[in-house]
Amino acid sequence: MKRAFSIFSVITAVLLVYGLYQALVGAPTERTMGDVQRIFYYHVPSAWTAFCLFLTNLVASIIYLIRKSAWADALAVAAAEVGVVFCTIVLITGPIWARPVWGIWWTWDVRLTTTLVLWLIYVSYLVLRRFSDTAQTPILAAVLAIFGALDVPLVYFSIWFFRTQHPQPVMGRGGSLDPRMLHAFLINLLAFSCFGAMVCWARFRLEQLKRDVDQAHAMESLAGASEPAKASLPLSRSSR
Amino acid sequence: MNSFWDLMLATLVKDIRLEWRSKDALNSMLFFSLLVVVIFSFSFDPNAEESRQIAGGLVWVAFLFASVVALNQTWARELRNQVLDAYRVSPAPANALFLAKALGNFIFVILLEAVMTPLFIVFYNLRALGPAWQLIPVGVLGTWALVVNGTFFAALSLRTRSREIMLPLLLFPISIPAIQGMVEATRILLAGDGSARFWIVLLLTYDVVFTTACLGLFGTILHAE
Repeated sequence: MKRAFSIFSVITAVLLVYGLYQALVGAPTERTMGDVQRIFYYHVPSAWTAFCLFLTNLVASIIYLIRKSAWADALAVAAAEVGVVFCTIVLITGPIWARPVWGIWWTWDVRLTTTLVLWLIYVSYLVLRRFSDTAQTPILAAVLAIFGALDVPLVYFSIWFFRTQHPQPVMGRGGSLDPRMLHAFLINLLAFSCFGAMVCWARFRLEQLKRDVDQAHAMESLAGASEPAKASLPLSRSSR
Repeated sequence: MNSFWDLMLATLVKDIRLEWRSKDALNSMLFFSLLVVVIFSFSFDPNAEESRQIAGGLVWVAFLFASVVALNQTWARELRNQVLDAYRVSPAPANALFLAKALGNFIFVILLEAVMTPLFIVFYNLRALGPAWQLIPVGVLGTWALVVNGTFFAALSLRTRSREIMLPLLLFPISIPAIQGMVEATRILLAGDGSARFWIVLLLTYDVVFTTACLGLFGTILHAE
């Protein structure tokens, strides 16, 4: 397990370095936008990774609700946390690109708004996990994840309809794509997917280890000192 | 099936009676939204046309914040004397309890809206240019959208630390499409530009989707141990 992780990290690091080189040097400069367009080699792969991680969180949450398996919950936590980080990268790199190209930092466009709402929902998911550390938290969090997933299509449609009545900023789409640009983009897509998976994997292992440690502590206090455990029982009951 | 409705009705009547005697939730909601109306009114000081454009947003934001007051109290009173634990061990269906609570909150918030809407009209000099009767379905569907998820998330945040803060943090992100639907529909109807049909359908979809989800998952929340 440890060995596989090391090999995977090395591959990811190599891919990231190669991707960086391709994005900054390998790909040609875009004709109208200039160098600022290169941020897309990070922006879009981050978005892709974030959405994949949120999907992982949803699937893990559903598995947890059905099977109640602890690993699914650990995976859900890991995916949500890492997903929020990648989603934050998307929300920061987007305006940096939009300011010189669109002339505005932010617009309530379908993709932007949906991403922002998704980010808000998953931040509230993390807040819930942080504010509640009882045994029921995994169930509550899994239910919240399902509610969030139901919400996203509704957000998408409402903004989509809202915006069709308003002028839309012109997207820098169309025209022919230089194959070197596509190459740099695909390399970075792969590198970021691997990077996301790697961080999520590490976080997942960490969460499992933390649970093992917590469990060991609980077992120890149960086995070692039965007297204090009895004494603390009425306290814990009255605090509920 | 009969016992399901009996149980729901019994809980609903009990909640309404409790509220009627104490009037805690209603009074605090009313005063809170009154404050919002007054503060917004002199911080924006809009003319008639601007009022039509922003009133939808103000009204619904005021109702949203005010309804959180009622929603927070919904389950808190069941925690005293372990009423919720008793409910949990009884064979009564969980959804009867949920529906009763959601309907109770719905009635309270609708009452609030009935009292506050004339005040809004007075303060903002509102006169609808569109078909005003459509504000009724918007109000009913929008209120249910807030209340059904609010009741559910209030139950969900019951076991967390500082649950009074938790509820809006969980409820508001999920409610964004519903709020947008209410605000846009109200704005269109007040300003009379175009049809509000899409937004009413959106609210209806939201209600159906989340009522189903709440009824499907409330048992899991209640029995989570």
